[in-house]
Amino acid sequence: MIRSLILATATRLLVSIILVFSVYLLLRGHNAPGGGFAGALIAGTGFALHAMAEGPASVRRAIRLEPRGLIVFGMFLAVCSGLPGLIAGKPFFTGLWWTAAEFEGLEIVVGTPFFFDVGVYSIVLGTILTLILALEEGLEEG
Amino acid sequence: MRKHFFSKNRTDQIARATSLLPLTLFLAAASLLPHTAAGNSYRAAIKWAPSLGVELSFMIDGLSVLFALIITGIGFFVTVYAVDYLHGHGHTRRFFIFLHGFMLAMLGLVTADNVLALFVFWELTTMFSYLLIGFEHEDEVSRKNARQALLVTGAGGLALLAGFLLLGIAAGTYEISEMIPLAGGLKIHPLYDAILVLVFLGAFTKSAQFPFHFWLPNAMAAPAPISAFLHSATMVKGGIYLLARFHPVLGGSAAWTTVLVTVGAATAVIGAFTALGQSDLKKILAYTTVAALGLMTMFLGGTGTPSLTAAMTFLLVHALYKSALFLAAGIIDHQTGTRQIEDLAGLGRAMPFTAFAVFAACFSMAGFPLFFGFIGKEIMYKGALAETMMPGFTAAAAVLSNGLMTAVAAVFLIGPFLSGRVAEHKKPKEASFRMWGGPVILGGITIVFGIVPDLVGHWLVSPAVSAFHYTVEDVHLALYHGINKPLGLSVLTLALGAGLYLNRKRVNRAVCGLYSAVPVNGTRVYDAALDAVGAAGRAQNRVLQNGSFHRYLYVVVASFVLVTAYSYLRGTDTLPAVSPELPPARMLLLVIVIVSAVFAVVTTGSVLLAICSLGVVGAGIAIVFLSFGAPDLALTQLLVETLTVIIVSVILLRLPGLRSGDSRTSVRKWCDGTLAAATGVVITVLMLTVVSSPFDRSITEFFESNSYLAAHGKNIVNVILVDFRSMDTLGEIIVVAAAGLAGYGLIRKQGRKS
Repeated sequence: MIRSLILATATRLLVSIILVFSVYLLLRGHNAPGGGFAGALIAGTGFALHAMAEGPASVRRAIRLEPRGLIVFGMFLAVCSGLPGLIAGKPFFTGLWWTAAEFEGLEIVVGTPFFFDVGVYSIVLGTILTLILALEEGLEEG
Repeated sequence: MRKHFFSKNRTDQIARATSLLPLTLFLAAASLLPHTAAGNSYRAAIKWAPSLGVELSFMIDGLSVLFALIITGIGFFVTVYAVDYLHGHGHTRRFFIFLHGFMLAMLGLVTADNVLALFVFWELTTMFSYLLIGFEHEDEVSRKNARQALLVTGAGGLALLAGFLLLGIAAGTYEISEMIPLAGGLKIHPLYDAILVLVFLGAFTKSAQFPFHFWLPNAMAAPAPISAFLHSATMVKGGIYLLARFHPVLGGSAAWTTVLVTVGAATAVIGAFTALGQSDLKKILAYTTVAALGLMTMFLGGTGTPSLTAAMTFLLVHALYKSALFLAAGIIDHQTGTRQIEDLAGLGRAMPFTAFAVFAACFSMAGFPLFFGFIGKEIMYKGALAETMMPGFTAAAAVLSNGLMTAVAAVFLIGPFLSGRVAEHKKPKEASFRMWGGPVILGGITIVFGIVPDLVGHWLVSPAVSAFHYTVEDVHLALYHGINKPLGLSVLTLALGAGLYLNRKRVNRAVCGLYSAVPVNGTRVYDAALDAVGAAGRAQNRVLQNGSFHRYLYVVVASFVLVTAYSYLRGTDTLPAVSPELPPARMLLLVIVIVSAVFAVVTTGSVLLAICSLGVVGAGIAIVFLSFGAPDLALTQLLVETLTVIIVSVILLRLPGLRSGDSRTSVRKWCDGTLAAATGVVITVLMLTVVSSPFDRSITEFFESNSYLAAHGKNIVNVILVDFRSMDTLGEIIVVAAAGLAGYGLIRKQGRKS
């Protein structure tokens, strides 16, 4: 790997913006273009950039988690998000909603599909990170 | 060695305690005897797959109870016996799990009323049989024979499933009890012949009928208690049970009788002749089992009460004496270390209890009066002579195979037990009473049943027969019917047996000569079929799975194009109309960008440039999506393209050989180009067709009106993904996760290698 000072410096700024944008896409997905899948792809691009500029070890330090653990967590969350509907006596994955906060006539509703979307996000991001880190680390070893 | 009932070994104790399971079930089945003898039956059903109208239903009648008593009774003795037989073996626990698992599956088989449930239990017994034949799995022969049994009976099982489905279609129900009233219509149904062939295939493979009988002698690789339990007393009688159970549904036609009598007679005679030439104790018993199953099949081909009573009586006779003999053979093997009949002598004095069991069982097998086998043989001859179709043929086959079995019984008893010489290499000791107890009791039962046949007939045999045969005339099992034709045939059988015993070497030479003269037999066909499957697999591997990624992609894409094009051309004969007006200028600009990027991909020598140009093509498509008002699609497309370029570039950096550029020959380039062009054409035509047909907005309208009200979301695409169709999305993310983990495994493996 050739360290480029310009790339590394730009990456610090870019990656943070990319990651914030990724979470923004995830959160707004229900009402505007975005969602878990697109958000995870954005985040994956950001980490790929980070891996190219600073090396995979730096990415591992930054995320602290094992990417494969992220896949497992996402799968767990996605399946669990279907359970409340089942417990309520409806078919598996029936969306349930409740009002989390209400002010000035506006209300913020949270539902089980949101947790499902976070599960999708985790799985896709975990998969991308697993592959990119494995490839980059293989590149360093090779 | 201390001989108390509970040995110190903990595993052995637990295993021995599990014998309470068959014992309890045996007592439960026995408590039903007064009810089944009175002609009652019980049926219970729970919903299984209500959307398909399939119930998990069970019915217990006289036939079920007869089988259940055999299964659990012999199961009990086999369990107690096997603990000592396997003492010190590393996999004792596994053995008993399989054994009891098999027993429960077999009980399910003989009590199921729904044919699909029956099929499931049928296959379960096949699976357990496979696991138990291959129990000594370090031995290659064991594995090979287990696989053979699995493939032969499994193939028959598939035929049976097809037969059951056809039967369900023809009868309109999957419950056997509901099919019986429809039997008259079924016999003239156009599917009747197909159903009959398929059900016969299932029964014949399971019950080792000619020409599928070859797997049963090979199944003797299993431990002796398994041979006694599965491969003589219970599992191989599954086919017999099936034929009896479906006798009122499918039986009685000319085809039924002709096939069963012919196949059964051939199996009986071939099995009995082959048994006479064997020298391994278990092989002798295996071939006589084949012969006995042939006799039962032959008599189930009959339509009169005497024939069917003969089949059921002989079923019980055979279960009793054959399991005693198999257990005794296991004791001999266990105590002397050999099963070769010429190495065995003087066992009568050394092992008195085993000798008693063998004595009783062999006399029953030979059909001497006062033993239960005599009753079985008498009723067989009576049944054969009472038939309207082929009585002479049936009687002749029965006399010949019974005569041969008499000779085999003499071989089994006289050589090892009655001859006085003590074996030179080892002086055998009697086994523990837990081992000889079972065979001795089973042998004792053959004597008791032989003395009081009328009670057996009343409690066990007649209820079983009347469960599948309704116009029951009274068939009385008795020791002495007066001087009549069956008695004459019995005497003839004993004389024939004595003659065959004295001339056994000569008979065997003739049989061997005949075998070597016949070029085709089941084993050879099986081996050839197995080789053919292997060869076909290797051939398709060379073509389709040769390890080249290029080949995989080519095959997948080419199949897609061919199948799509074929089904498209079959469905329509007009190509879609293309509107003549020119697209707007920005679209034209986009087309120019995409086409020039494609041109760059095809012509460039640098792989990295090709990848980046492909990314441009993808980005161009994303803009097309965007301009048609699909921002979600465009966003995802753009991101996927970006990541693809990143990941592929990282891979390419790892593979220095690829950086040198395109190494394909020009022929291959032309092939690839043709396929790519064909794919493009097919997709384009499909798209134009879709666009030219009127658009159904009902689904869109549903989502539009419900997205916000029911799912609190304004972005319909996302609401569909995470709410309306979240089950689909779950499937997709499982694929993503699996692909990621598999890719990780591949990369790591590659890394370790280099």
